[in-house]
Amino acid sequence: MDLENQATIKKLSEEYGSENLMVVLGMPTDGLKIAVETLTKGDPSWAGPLAGVSLGLPVYHVLEEEIRDLIPSEIYEEKLKMMEIVLDLEKIESNLLEMRASNS
Amino acid sequence: MSNESKAYIHSATNILVHVPELVRYGSKCHREVEDSGESFLHALNKNLRSFKEVVSYPPNQAFIGNLNPDKLDKKSKPWFKNLLEGSSKEGVFGEILDQTTFYMLLKSADDFELFLLDSDFINSNNNYSPSAKKIFNEKFLNKGSKISAIEENIQLKGSLSIENKGELVGCFQSDHEKDESLDARILLENLSAKASGAFALNRMLVQDSIDPLSVEYIISCSEEAIGDRYNRGGGNLAKAIGEMVGCKNASGMDVKAFCAAPVYALIHAASLIQSKVVKNVVVVGGGSLAKLGMKAHFHMEKKMPVLEDLLGGVAFFLSSDGTAGTPYINLEIVGHHPIGSSSSPQEMIDSLVYKPLDKANLSVFDIDKFCVELHNPEITVPAGAGDVPLVNYKTIAALGVMKEKLTKEGIQDFILDKGMPGFSPTQGHIPAGVPYLGYAIKALKEGSFKRAMVVAKGSLFLGRMTRSADGVSVVVQV
Amino acid sequence: MDDRKVIIIGERDGIPGPTIAECLEASGREIVFQKTECFV
Repeated sequence: MDLENQATIKKLSEEYGSENLMVVLGMPTDGLKIAVETLTKGDPSWAGPLAGVSLGLPVYHVLEEEIRDLIPSEIYEEKLKMMEIVLDLEKIESNLLEMRASNS
Repeated sequence: MSNESKAYIHSATNILVHVPELVRYGSKCHREVEDSGESFLHALNKNLRSFKEVVSYPPNQAFIGNLNPDKLDKKSKPWFKNLLEGSSKEGVFGEILDQTTFYMLLKSADDFELFLLDSDFINSNNNYSPSAKKIFNEKFLNKGSKISAIEENIQLKGSLSIENKGELVGCFQSDHEKDESLDARILLENLSAKASGAFALNRMLVQDSIDPLSVEYIISCSEEAIGDRYNRGGGNLAKAIGEMVGCKNASGMDVKAFCAAPVYALIHAASLIQSKVVKNVVVVGGGSLAKLGMKAHFHMEKKMPVLEDLLGGVAFFLSSDGTAGTPYINLEIVGHHPIGSSSSPQEMIDSLVYKPLDKANLSVFDIDKFCVELHNPEITVPAGAGDVPLVNYKTIAALGVMKEKLTKEGIQDFILDKGMPGFSPTQGHIPAGVPYLGYAIKALKEGSFKRAMVVAKGSLFLGRMTRSADGVSVVVQV
Repeated sequence: MDDRKVIIIGERDGIPGPTIAECLEASGREIVFQKTECFV
């Protein structure tokens, strides 16, 4: 994850408290694992401001069910539905399941 | 539309410049060296490729016209471990240049003596690429420096060390103490874009026997901001490139549109021709030094060589001369992404692909090949950046499914037929669909293709002036 | 999840930040940070 974004998110966590924040991601499957790990356990590449910093933020992908359910259906249909095919929703969901299981 | 009012595309050239010892000055590597010191530089130097490896690398052979991208996925992977023995640095429509020659080009591009180059280095090398040697500037090359003067310059002025095969051969200096826009690194980026762009242009002129004096107009689509502190992005690298190549009768300007610039440039070039402002236009794009080694950290972590060690360059020649059977830029099928459109991939691809084709009473099946952003996935996937061409093709296909023009089961075949694997270095604007044009022009002339669609996107949000993305497309056909 | 403020990290070659923001704003969520990453 971009180092400047890491720094901003760290600052926001300090300002609002991690318990008052959630993160919603839009990346394809490839970058997802690193992004989730960075925002929960800390930057695995040890390169950024979140190196060794466990923010423990709840992290979601915009296409997964909990977030889908928040979005009005006509807007989801217009802006996101197609991306379920492009980004392989099944793979995203299974990757997230795996990551959450290893975190708990 | 009469023949006279078409803008025919005659030539396409793709060049690569291997600059392993300039990777350290790419934006990301430069910051890593500043933060981690010599240890990162040492690691970087241990993971650089040789010129022979670069020439034999399958995607690079595809880039210069020697291996149709359709055949690339049949080559054993990983490509960096399965090099093509016996490959040539000369391509059907391009060339791969070595670092030594590039340093000579950089010096030849240097009107302001920013680049001090060792006289012994200048005089001891030979066997240069003819296309490069033709634009050497003997007057500038006669102004070589002693190594002692170079060392002193580095020590006193903090100039950038320039090495070749591990030895100091030069330095690159700032041109103003107080002007950040004229800092050594910025000027090195700009001069590299100029020199690589000039090489691409000259290679094309030589390749297709086009007299430089016949060129009327040049459009550069390079991404560097050419200017000083009062005009940071003033531009017109086009004229600097044209001057270096001897296009004395040409004028020109730059198109600035992030990575979508080459396609905008083609559209504007065609518009100038079709409206009879000029009879011919060259579109040229120089390489992006800032992007060298952007993912070096990821490549080294995965025990891969640093694959972002190449500057890319492209050049295209368009004119009003042509007949039936000559490919032309069809200005009646242009896709724009309006400001009011959202950046959602769905709406972007609808604007760029489906709407312009619908307007022309065509479907996606009337396009033989979609030339999308063609970043080499072997470079991007290890860094978590995904397979960019594949995502683009899936998006075109997926929207087709939503519009009931194809089935979900048909997506794979659609991509195989109308798509291709990425093969371009990650040089920003260079991969933006246009690297395939050399192949498209050939197929269109031979009659195996009727139409190719070039689709490019730009990340405007990176400049912090808008959160929007951008895109543009055009059809090339016979 | 109800009261949590939202940080959005989109990606140019996935789903960009503004698209995610349009969807979540429609649900009434407050967005405190939105960025689109681009790795090419």
